[in-house]
Amino acid sequence: MKTPLAWLQLSHERIRLVIALAGIAFADILMFMQFGFRDALYESAVTLHRKIEGDIFLLSPDSTSLIAMDQFSQRRLYQARGIQGVAEIHPIYLDFAIWKNPITAEPRGIMVIGINPESDILDLNGFQENKDKIKLEDTVLFDSASRPEFGPIPELFEKEGRVTTEAGGRQLTVGGLVELGASFGADGNLISSDLNFLRLFGNRDRGLIDVGVIQLKDTANPEVVLAQIRQKLPADVLVFSKEEFVDFEMSYWQDSTAIGFIFTLGAGMGFIVGMVIVYQILYTDVANHLPEYATLKAMGYRNWYLLTVVFQEALILALLGYIPGYGISVILYTMTKSATSLPVIMSVSKAVTVLILTIVMCVGSGAVAIRKLSEADPADIF
Amino acid sequence: MTTIINIKNLDFFFGQGALRKQTLFDINLSLEGGEVTIMKGPSGSGKTTLLTLMGGLRSPQTGSLRVLDRELVGASQSQVVKIRRNIGYIFQAHNLLKSLTARQNVQMSLELHDFTQREAKKRSIEMLEAVGLGDRVDYYPEALSGGQKQRVAIARALVSHPKMVLADEPTAALDSKSGRDVVELMQGLAQEQGCTILIVTHDNRILDVADRIIHLEDGRLSQETLTV
Repeated sequence: MKTPLAWLQLSHERIRLVIALAGIAFADILMFMQFGFRDALYESAVTLHRKIEGDIFLLSPDSTSLIAMDQFSQRRLYQARGIQGVAEIHPIYLDFAIWKNPITAEPRGIMVIGINPESDILDLNGFQENKDKIKLEDTVLFDSASRPEFGPIPELFEKEGRVTTEAGGRQLTVGGLVELGASFGADGNLISSDLNFLRLFGNRDRGLIDVGVIQLKDTANPEVVLAQIRQKLPADVLVFSKEEFVDFEMSYWQDSTAIGFIFTLGAGMGFIVGMVIVYQILYTDVANHLPEYATLKAMGYRNWYLLTVVFQEALILALLGYIPGYGISVILYTMTKSATSLPVIMSVSKAVTVLILTIVMCVGSGAVAIRKLSEADPADIF
Repeated sequence: MTTIINIKNLDFFFGQGALRKQTLFDINLSLEGGEVTIMKGPSGSGKTTLLTLMGGLRSPQTGSLRVLDRELVGASQSQVVKIRRNIGYIFQAHNLLKSLTARQNVQMSLELHDFTQREAKKRSIEMLEAVGLGDRVDYYPEALSGGQKQRVAIARALVSHPKMVLADEPTAALDSKSGRDVVELMQGLAQEQGCTILIVTHDNRILDVADRIIHLEDGRLSQETLTV
């Protein structure tokens, strides 16, 4: 093994190395947080979608996302029932009600999901054992992963067995808890029966629903049934597979809002901050060592050798800076998740994306910094 | 004796077009193996230019400049780099890498040649012992005195047994005692290895180490004196 010049050059100036690594870690944390928030937003937006047990979904063409739904006639859902392979159909009603925090009386919008209590269409913790309770008048299930502003409902419920408060001008009783999770669009969720939903929203028409859920028989081929339903139903409803239903919601948040742009811009700023820091370090390194590098050239080292030294330094900085950046981001993710109830999670793809960005950032800075190397001309040092 | 350097009718110009200025005029010079030559001359006479041309650090333009039997006029960059590896340089400033120990600095010179890591390390330490720094092997340059740093630079220049050593004002940054020590050290080691030395200097106190003194003035080799 040859003398590891790149590492020796970096490690000789400890304080500068620590500052450089702190800077890179900071840039990584910025990128991780931005990507974390962005993905959490997208993921939280489709939490409900993923939890609905259905194979095919009907939506109004005027619906854009869960927070901006338009209704369509549930006759379309009944029409679909006649198709070969369809097992069950279930209407879902969605709307926002004003919920009053039972402790502080503070009002806040909460999403109400109205379903048939006989149906089995939600795959939520606590739903199976509690779904009978919503058959009672004005009794709902409360999402225990809602934001805390709605009041300490889970704690109150555990202590007293029931919680009552006012929502949408009616006295509501929390009959049980389920676990769904807040999204950027909805801070909290209530599961209600279709009847209670219509009581709560007096202006809503029983025949106009927000989402039509179709469950297929085990033997049915989903693609064939999907094609048949599309063919049979008029163009006043959108027909989606579950995957398309999830994508439909995600693409709203990705494409039709500024959110994706904002977070990508934020991550880009982190990238640039990191790039400037690494460039400063590498440039200073080359500038401070110009006579020495020129001496190496005079001794017979090729320009290529000095290029590899600078790029090795860039790579070492990238990898060493990434480690604390990753570690701190995991901690921050956990803190953010518990503070916001958003699914901010470290995924392999995020870890790899930021690692690659870090390497690009460092090597890119190296590519700019090596221009200084051409000044290391041995003819000038004599 | 082998001829290490053979220069014939060498002219050198700086600049382009109207600003073109000739700095070396019709240089003819040959240096034989094992010779110690001192080149004197006032500032701006072209000494350093001639030295950098001989060392392959600057591209010669016209005439003939043969170093170790290779023609440097019109040579490719990669040929020049190969020639550089057979030449040891000692600069006025020591130019040691601050982040490397004395031993690592010397070893950088050996890593251009085919030595195992163990062998390179051993030779580097031996060389540092030869320049009287056996107890400073793992010191960083900042912990060494000016004379000690220059001795590390000499060890670096000589460790790979170059055919020729070029030294530009090696004593300029040193007091007279250390300067004297450094030059005698160079001379002694070079004689042991049979290598040719060319020293550019203003320092009259060291002229006696030379086998031969040449003068450069206004870009012309004006006289050659053989010392007794």
